[in-house]
Amino acid sequence: MYRNSQAEILRPVSPLLVLATVVLALLLNSLPWEGIWLDLRPDFVALVLLYWSLYHPNRLGIGLAWAVGMLADVVDASLFGQHALAYTVLAFGGAVLHRRLQMFELREQTAQVFGILVLTYGVYALVHWQVNGYVAWTYFLGCLTSALIWIPLGSLLGAMGRRRAERRFS
Amino acid sequence: MDSTQQVPFFNRGPGPVVRLVFFAVLSLLLLFADARYHYLESARSVLSVVLSPLQRTAAFPGSLWRQAGDFFVTQDSLVDENLRLHRQHEQDAAQLLQLQALQEENRQLRNLMELPARAALKTYPVEIIYTERDAFKRKVIVSRGEDAQLKAGQIVMDDGGIVGQLTRIYPWMSEVTLITERNFPVPVQVLRTGLRTIAFGAGDTSRLSLRYLPVSADVQSGDLLVTSGIDRIYPAGIPVAKVVKVERDASYPFARVSCMPVGGVDSHRHLLVVSGPGAVAVSPEAMAGAK
Repeated sequence: MYRNSQAEILRPVSPLLVLATVVLALLLNSLPWEGIWLDLRPDFVALVLLYWSLYHPNRLGIGLAWAVGMLADVVDASLFGQHALAYTVLAFGGAVLHRRLQMFELREQTAQVFGILVLTYGVYALVHWQVNGYVAWTYFLGCLTSALIWIPLGSLLGAMGRRRAERRFS
Repeated sequence: MDSTQQVPFFNRGPGPVVRLVFFAVLSLLLLFADARYHYLESARSVLSVVLSPLQRTAAFPGSLWRQAGDFFVTQDSLVDENLRLHRQHEQDAAQLLQLQALQEENRQLRNLMELPARAALKTYPVEIIYTERDAFKRKVIVSRGEDAQLKAGQIVMDDGGIVGQLTRIYPWMSEVTLITERNFPVPVQVLRTGLRTIAFGAGDTSRLSLRYLPVSADVQSGDLLVTSGIDRIYPAGIPVAKVVKVERDASYPFARVSCMPVGGVDSHRHLLVVSGPGAVAVSPEAMAGAK
């Protein structure tokens, strides 16, 4: 039943690796994206948080996702708590669904990840709508591209986690 | 019996729903405090100091690309640019001579009429570090902040005209809201007729619009809009935008006027922060109170 992830579940992953990937994702998010590329930019932070909360829920919980969201709020100069609330919902989705999602391969996970991402983007847009009174719909293009890079990003993070684990156990 | 089933084997702390509710409520409280009362600016500036290396690293590939571009500038284009700048300089010099004479004349006339003098503009150069990574907003971050005694509310312009306004000051950088931000108001005056109105940012593109202008108002496409200076924030007489289209539809009470900003709102790397507003309007009551 656990087709791809049986080996990965039990192996611990270094907290340093989690930290490094989150910092790298923040960096990727704050590259100088402009215009249509900004709309199409995948939310790397959300994807990395979702990956770790799915595969290593004991390493990355809702509290940590919230803290990363606060940092993202400062980087993006959005309202305090806006990203934090969205990433809290994201990590909750990851925590609740991790048993179910681990049954699938990365390819099959994409559709369900897309659902979680739409929810996350929706929370962010909802807060923006409540405060500023309008929503830019092109913003939601980001969840599509985010879902599309779930497979390469997931296999990359999986490979990194595996290599760390092998080194430790050899 | 059922009490034994309730005992968990491992203590893992509160469940995900409890955590979700806790952090969601915390986020909402922070959102409320930030949006309504602006309580958290100091926390934000502390965190921004921690994160500023990250942000400068993220801006690095772009600046590397530009520097490489600068390095491979050809001799030809440099000669061209030099020639163009020389010509521009000669033209400007002639106009500047006239300007000095006019300023002197203006000062004398203002003295005669007992009007308050127009203060000279003081400018401080800043560089754009990066633009805001949020599809909803039209903001840029510039390289100086509290270290250069910048203050929120100061005007940012380039050689063409107004670009935006400083809205948030961090220790080493500050945030500029561009005039194209949705609903961002700039009090303007049509240069040709002296008509006072307010230009609002359109948000999505590099456009501004004039609202609440009656259908009969004397506005044509091609009119230059300059700051009116009656708001005590914007110095008077700085170009803001050019009218590109005027729609007069009798079924609406107001004319629809769309304008293009004349400053390089989306293009430049170096900007000027203007300190010291123009002639500050003083109400008669305040003057009476001062006496």
